[in-house]
Amino acid sequence: MSDIVLNCGYVPLVDCAPLVIAKDLGFAAEEGLVLNLVAQPSWSALRDMLALGHLDAAHMLSPMPVAMSIGLGGLPARVDALMVLSVNGTVFGVSNALAADLGEVPFGDAQGLLAALAARTSGPLRIGVPFHYSMHRLLLSYWASSVDGLKTEEIVVPPPRMADAVANGFVDAFWVGEPWGSVAVQQNVGQVMMTGKDVWGFAPEKVLAVRHDWTNANEDAAARLMRAVFRASAWLDADKNRTLAVEILARSEHLSMSPDLIDPALTGQITPRLNHAPQTVARFMQFHKHAASFPWRSQAAWIARQLGADATGIQTAKSCFRSDLYRRNLGGIGADMPGASEKIEGALRFETAVASTGGHMILAPDAFFDGRTFDFPAEN
Amino acid sequence: MLNLAADKSFALFRVSPAIDVLMTGSNDVVMNRDLRILIVEPDPERVQGIISALTEAGWTDVKALAQISALDRTVKKFVPDIVLIDLSNPDRDTLEHISFASETSKRAVALFVDQTDDALTQAALNAGVSAYVVDGLKMERIKSVLETAIARFKIMRQMQSELDAAKQALEDRKTIDRAKGILMRQRNISEDDAYTLLRKTAMGQNRKVIDVAHALVTAADLLS
Repeated sequence: MSDIVLNCGYVPLVDCAPLVIAKDLGFAAEEGLVLNLVAQPSWSALRDMLALGHLDAAHMLSPMPVAMSIGLGGLPARVDALMVLSVNGTVFGVSNALAADLGEVPFGDAQGLLAALAARTSGPLRIGVPFHYSMHRLLLSYWASSVDGLKTEEIVVPPPRMADAVANGFVDAFWVGEPWGSVAVQQNVGQVMMTGKDVWGFAPEKVLAVRHDWTNANEDAAARLMRAVFRASAWLDADKNRTLAVEILARSEHLSMSPDLIDPALTGQITPRLNHAPQTVARFMQFHKHAASFPWRSQAAWIARQLGADATGIQTAKSCFRSDLYRRNLGGIGADMPGASEKIEGALRFETAVASTGGHMILAPDAFFDGRTFDFPAEN
Repeated sequence: MLNLAADKSFALFRVSPAIDVLMTGSNDVVMNRDLRILIVEPDPERVQGIISALTEAGWTDVKALAQISALDRTVKKFVPDIVLIDLSNPDRDTLEHISFASETSKRAVALFVDQTDDALTQAALNAGVSAYVVDGLKMERIKSVLETAIARFKIMRQMQSELDAAKQALEDRKTIDRAKGILMRQRNISEDDAYTLLRKTAMGQNRKVIDVAHALVTAADLLS
């Protein structure tokens, strides 16, 4: 097998782990791939580099391929999500000053937190998010708009500067991916109040994105890449590998973070406040189990709906989550495939066994904090 | 000819602070006059370089901003036609949000959307320039601004990499000097012999002299 060189962009966050593991543990090499991981300074830069052909693949915020494919944002382009790289993994926190205002709100109580924030009446709440087309922003809008009287102002802040933005009063609250929530807590500038999964139990966070044209012209490379990343995700999600994964990621030149910043996300031990005991959050960041890497077309549809897309836009969104390629390329290496490529988002309150090719599929709860469900029937 | 003195535009030229540019420039320069350019760049030296390059080419309505936090206000007040920012500036995500969410009718678009001129797009990418322009602005009007900016960014990028290379060379020399010193003391040999030994070892192991020197210095630090 001749080696194929792929340039793959990423933003240094804990959830780029599947790509780092695919490279550093040799899953990519087993597929005859030389994976060049190229760190990107911003999501805009990552998007431009992918769209203009300087990158072959990228670790992308799940709403980005949808937004680009339906023509929203800085650079419209047809982009495919080959698979989901990670589910959940973000936190919502507030500054220490705001936390004092809010009084005691139990950790992870999305409804209670919303009520406490709405009761506060001193101007709009300035909330830092990493990018407009991010799951962070979509969850924030979905959650905050469900109550009357809560005015929010979205402020885009590069995640490495989020703690500073909280410290100097530039934002009152933040929705950010790990490790940057833990950094804010460690620096004692803010407190984590809940995690993304308290708003949506099973939200696709990052995807493996490629140009639509690239997928068509490089079917073999796409299949190899998907297999390598799939195996890396499975390795990462095995409980026995978690401690080792933290070590490998901390040592990797691609992440350069101390192990104590990587550990909370991978072990689901989130410390809400400095010097307080960590909270155990099940499925805080999921890579593989519960069909986490399966690109459900209904997830794309939910994203498109939140972005204000019409029926046509929702169909376009569905078609860029490539569950067809996932089935074709990963069926042969033992991936258990669900019986359908769409589900009613938000319908599951408990772990539920569902029909699958292998017969072992158990889906995790995917409920929304307000109990709503979303059904996006296929177009006739 | 007499009427010319009463001509409104003539009068405007006379009171305009940009009069020198307008008098000496070609017709192109006159056309350039009303393009407002905003540069987002924290390094004052780089800002100065870009501004003078643009000014020399005939654009005088240029403003620079170091801090993205003031951007919202500046964009509303200054209403730029073009915003130039380094491709690698982490503030780009913030800038995009402000440009796209602004309520003014002058909605910005990323320049790369217009891929009609692929050579220009690739040149901008390679030089490290990203630009946002007001939607609907004709490509031919902004092309020369971009070409000027691209040329300038290219020089800056080259200077930066030369500076980095010089710094690295200096660091390497220090390391090699330390390694030579260690060998001279430990083995009681001359400086030339110490260097020859380093080079021979490097060749024998198919490594660079600096790598062998690094290993030696690290080992010596551990043992001291």
